[in-house]
Amino acid sequence: MTKSGFFKQLARDPRHYQIAALGALLAFGVTTRAFEISPLQIAAIFVTALSVQFLGSFMSAMRFEPRSALITSLSLSLLLRADDLTPLMIAAAIGVGSKFTMRLYGKHIFNPANIGIVTLLLLSQSALPGAAWTPSGQWGNAIWLAALIAGAGMVVTYRAARIDVPLIFLGAYAALIIARALWLGDPLAIPLMRLQNGALILFAFFMISDPKTTPDGAVARAVFAAGAALIAYVLAYHFYISDGIFYALAAMCVIRPVIERFDPAPHYRWGDPVTRPKILARLTGARPHPLPAE
Amino acid sequence: MKRSLKKTLLAAAVATSALAVTGGAVAFCGFYVAKADTKLFNKASKVAIMRDGDRTVMTMANDFQGELKEFAMVIPVPVVLQEGQIHVTDNAILDHLDAYTAPRLVEYFDEDPCTVYRRRDMQMAPTASMAEESVGASSDRGFGVTVEAEYTVGEYDIQILSAKESDGLAGWLKENGYKLPDGAEATLGSYIKQGTKFFVAKVNLDEQAKTGLNYLRPLQVAFESPKFLLPIRLGTVNADGKQELFVFALTRSGRIETTNYRTTKLPTGMDIPLYVKDEFGDFYKSMFEQQVEQENERAVFLEYAWDMNWCDPCAADPLSQSELRELGVYWLDGGDAPGIIPRRPAPQQAQDVFVTRLHVSYDAEHFPEDLLFKETGDRTNFQGRYVLRHPYKGDATCDAANQYRAELPKRFEKEAQTLANLTGWDIDDIRDKMDGEGQSFDPPEPDNWWKRLWGADKKDG
Repeated sequence: MTKSGFFKQLARDPRHYQIAALGALLAFGVTTRAFEISPLQIAAIFVTALSVQFLGSFMSAMRFEPRSALITSLSLSLLLRADDLTPLMIAAAIGVGSKFTMRLYGKHIFNPANIGIVTLLLLSQSALPGAAWTPSGQWGNAIWLAALIAGAGMVVTYRAARIDVPLIFLGAYAALIIARALWLGDPLAIPLMRLQNGALILFAFFMISDPKTTPDGAVARAVFAAGAALIAYVLAYHFYISDGIFYALAAMCVIRPVIERFDPAPHYRWGDPVTRPKILARLTGARPHPLPAE
Repeated sequence: MKRSLKKTLLAAAVATSALAVTGGAVAFCGFYVAKADTKLFNKASKVAIMRDGDRTVMTMANDFQGELKEFAMVIPVPVVLQEGQIHVTDNAILDHLDAYTAPRLVEYFDEDPCTVYRRRDMQMAPTASMAEESVGASSDRGFGVTVEAEYTVGEYDIQILSAKESDGLAGWLKENGYKLPDGAEATLGSYIKQGTKFFVAKVNLDEQAKTGLNYLRPLQVAFESPKFLLPIRLGTVNADGKQELFVFALTRSGRIETTNYRTTKLPTGMDIPLYVKDEFGDFYKSMFEQQVEQENERAVFLEYAWDMNWCDPCAADPLSQSELRELGVYWLDGGDAPGIIPRRPAPQQAQDVFVTRLHVSYDAEHFPEDLLFKETGDRTNFQGRYVLRHPYKGDATCDAANQYRAELPKRFEKEAQTLANLTGWDIDDIRDKMDGEGQSFDPPEPDNWWKRLWGADKKDG
């Protein structure tokens, strides 16, 4: 590969943006937000995820591809907490392992980091009480931080041709909680504060928008994102479950194959060109991205 | 016409004994509704919450200062409470919990630098907390409300209310002589639509007289609900300025934190100047205010997180099993050994109780929503602890001692900087006070090389 070819490749694959953004957020969180995760715990997550990825690739005779496992590791480091190493390692193993074991129609069913988190949260309420938890309030509600995460997330999801997912998810979620506040007669400060929650923004732009586990058709994707918002809302406000967003995504992943049947589309592959809405393309007059070499 | 005025006093007690004082009071989840034009005073609120699964026991402490017959509190609860679910307990238990978890000052005395470097020797002066003020008044009108039940519990007359509409509840309260602050109706309406129930507690003067006490004892409620929250919104309705709230959680798996606000740790473990010993209360108050500001007034502070079995250093002994049971820790069997639990028992004697102390300074602008909590599995011990390091005062002539003395001004300067950063106090004032306390910034006299030649047998060189 030529030098410029290498950079083109680097720029085209949205995973590179995602790794850079999540890595920066983790560094930020550990240094300035006093995230309660030790370097050893982060290392344990990475080693486990990469090992399982390696093992899975080896057993399914595929090329070892670390990037997705790195993203899973970063997401877990950002969104899951435990006192010990083991729960985090279990989450990483389940997350990456699910890509190889739980597949349907040539795609893995669950978002890896999400299923890792959900499994651990369920285990923490049953077999392993208190083993792991999510630091949902620890990002705070600072608007600049929410804007920063969203800004980085826009770049990543745009590159992955999935910018509609976080926008529809957040839009639907915002509509639901604002409508609730209006019905209750609450000040709008309450829903707005909830929307500025760093963990929610992070989830919207860096987890639910994963191109591999969202539907490929645009309509199906909209249903997927809005459905997740509705489930998350019901769990949070009617069942008082603070980790509702994670359960909501896992639930939508289970029913995703059904949604996809009504809006079939070719599977996404990393580095696929960004398909712009026609209006946008005409407005900017921008040249579409070149097609990837077959 | 009618006014209810609430004020608070700073309850800052500093001592070298194991004694702590915290301002306690209500207003967190209720507002005072006075029945006549009298002044009501409230300090900071203290709430202990036992939480295990959906099971919840809340203990709410009053340090109500006004006329007892003026006292009334409206408390939102998630379910309709039966008589047995309401209880009154002793102030002493919450005070004990407060003392046990209070931020603490510890002392170390430097050893002779010629022998060892330092050794621990500690003594603690647990501290106090502070409070803010609030004012409220005014009224509103409306229609009927069902009084589901009425009980007298301890010195309180309790009325369990069910209301379908907020103007109904507001009207009922008014008709019964309570006063509602402006804006309370909207908040009541929001709670009612969320299915929240209410009870009103006021003082039964006859029963109160029987207790022989001149204060109101903490009121407790026990219920089951998936909602793990502390309603603070009613308390902010009529508040003028910020209110202070201390939450003590007793859980099984680990510390609690807020899910809709950031929970952050109080700075801890710093070496600070010796003179702070006499103004620890002021120090703590200034530091807390400074931290609140740094977090843009939106953070909840973790002040203590510890396994209830032990402490190090102890600001007070851990709570006994019977005290914990009184606070709702139902999984202890209660068979208390006579006497109190010894200080710092082995951690293996598990009581399976983890205590979290949170401190929040709140108002409606920065804390528009109730505090929502979650229990984490985090059992890492944390305490607010501040260190006084006394320099070695004796005669020491070895090289190490000279070096030690030469280092002291630097160390004092660092302590001064730390204190200034933590509290926002003026660094020059700090330096002056340190100087007065014998922490001099002047470098020691230069160590003339010839002194060492004959210094041992002649007094002059």
